[in-house]
Amino acid sequence: MAGQTLLSLEHLSTHYVSQQGTRVVRAVDDVTLALGAGETLGIVGESGSGKTTLALTMMRLLPPAAHIVSGRMMFEGEDLLKKSDEEMRRVRGKRIAMILQDPMASLNPLFSIGNQVAEPIRVHEGASPRTAWQRAVQLLKSVRIASPETRVSQFPHEMSGGMRQRIVGAIGISCEPRLLIADEPTTSLDLTIQAQYLNLLRDLQREHGLALIFITHNLGIVAKMCDQLAVMYAGRVVEQGPVSRIFNAPTHPYTKALLGSIPRMTDGGERLTAIEGQPPDLANLPVGCAFAPRCPSVMTRCRAEAPPEFKTEPGRSARCWLAEPLALRSSAA
Amino acid sequence: MKQYILRRIGYSLLSLFLLSLTIFLFVRVTGDPVALLTEPGASQEDIEAMHRQFGLDQPLWVQYWHFVASFITGDFGQSFYYRTPVLDLYFQRLPNSLLLAAVAMVLSLVIGIPSGILAAVRVDGFWDSAGKLFALLGLSLPQFWVGLVLILVFSVSLGWLPSSGSGTVWHLLMPAFTLGWYFAAAHMRLTRSSMLEVLGSEYIKLARLKGLPEALVIGKHALKNALIPVITLAGINLVVMINVAVIVETVFAWPGIGRLLYEGVTFRDFPVVQAVVVIGGSMIILVNLLIDILYALIDPRIRLES
Repeated sequence: MAGQTLLSLEHLSTHYVSQQGTRVVRAVDDVTLALGAGETLGIVGESGSGKTTLALTMMRLLPPAAHIVSGRMMFEGEDLLKKSDEEMRRVRGKRIAMILQDPMASLNPLFSIGNQVAEPIRVHEGASPRTAWQRAVQLLKSVRIASPETRVSQFPHEMSGGMRQRIVGAIGISCEPRLLIADEPTTSLDLTIQAQYLNLLRDLQREHGLALIFITHNLGIVAKMCDQLAVMYAGRVVEQGPVSRIFNAPTHPYTKALLGSIPRMTDGGERLTAIEGQPPDLANLPVGCAFAPRCPSVMTRCRAEAPPEFKTEPGRSARCWLAEPLALRSSAA
Repeated sequence: MKQYILRRIGYSLLSLFLLSLTIFLFVRVTGDPVALLTEPGASQEDIEAMHRQFGLDQPLWVQYWHFVASFITGDFGQSFYYRTPVLDLYFQRLPNSLLLAAVAMVLSLVIGIPSGILAAVRVDGFWDSAGKLFALLGLSLPQFWVGLVLILVFSVSLGWLPSSGSGTVWHLLMPAFTLGWYFAAAHMRLTRSSMLEVLGSEYIKLARLKGLPEALVIGKHALKNALIPVITLAGINLVVMINVAVIVETVFAWPGIGRLLYEGVTFRDFPVVQAVVVIGGSMIILVNLLIDILYALIDPRIRLES
């Protein structure tokens, strides 16, 4: 791990509770993760596996039905869960920034680009309108917008999708946060623009010493961008560790299946493997391991008892009974 | 686009034709105006002379033709009752209606927009329920009843406000509130739903992720977007308010065009009734036509459909 720990989530759980209190959806369940300063973590999983809820939990901007029910969220030595709403507001956009899935809809159509980029600088740093506006021009330049002096006073509808995405990126880094969470930031872009944007993010990361969390279902992006990987399934992190280690030797059958479903240039025309079955209903999880009904290596024990998190190597763990024999001795979770 | 506009204008003219024909026939169903204008026991000859004077002895289609012709030339004829040009009467009363509508509009916006925002921000909370009740009553209570209750409370019991007439600010309060409540309810409901839609948008989420204070998120980012449809509706409603205040103006004896219409109906003053209804109807039809054209200019999908 490079540098000191920036963010560490400890046994974090976020549940959605229906109005009558009868239906509980465990969107994020007992998640433990750590991220060093300047590192990049990829969080992958199917739709509905709790990735976005985990991100919104870190920002503490959940919909009213969602509740953070347990855990700790240590960021630069402070527990974010202990902060008041007002203190947390001053963390958002300033120390932790997040950019959203849909860049086309993320900008307010009625305000100029400069106004929207300068806004966090004015709010968090109390900068004068003129200073903030000049900073906005510089930010546009740093996200490689051509002729930023004219672009800054234009409106979102005058920009292409790729430009809007980079503007959203500029808003993200406007107050020089320590951590940037990007929720599927490239899904709506075409491949060329996507590659440019990823390179841009990597350059910004290097220049500003930014830690990045990438939420994606694209393992190609993880391979290109990330140091660490966390695989989520049914609200839980089922496997995590260094990207290269996991790609070379996945422990969890779900991770194996995910890796088996990516096309590779070297596979001489082999069939891609699909994962059989449907993702589980989070309000009605099976008794044992949530992946058991779809798992090709399922054992009797899996259906009766959910596996704990086994530490298999330093900085690496898996929630699977298959990992038990590999578990380091000290790590009974 | 040209074809679309021509077709809209065609529909507008058709509406206007149907409106004029309807009011022409309905007003004649109310009875003979001469019966109200002559002494009881007037001679048959006097009555017939008066019929001739007003042109009521002619066949209906001829009368209708005169009415349409006078409307096109912008001369609405003479009032049977006042014996003065109808247009003079109309323009005497119009400023009062404009004043009442303007004040009622301001009231409806001052009440409707903030309460709509509050209801959307505290959705399903106390203020949302209170707002729903206020809107339900505003839309469903008949205006004559609201007016009478206000008179009962503020004029009869408390003696604070004059019950009828015009001239001071105090005379304006009760009629403006009675007229404005209905529209306040409409503006509140639209503000609420439009605000709720905006609050669910991605750019509001991003505004919160930027760490903006909630006051800025609501007051700057959400409000400006949410008000666009409300302002459109308010513009249409202003024209409607000028023309539909018949009951309010009658209850409070407010000398506007609504009251003029009521008097016209009471005295069977055909030219007055026809003029007030057709001029008011033309205004509303014209505003709708302009909106149709503006929407087509803004939204290319509407243009293509035509």
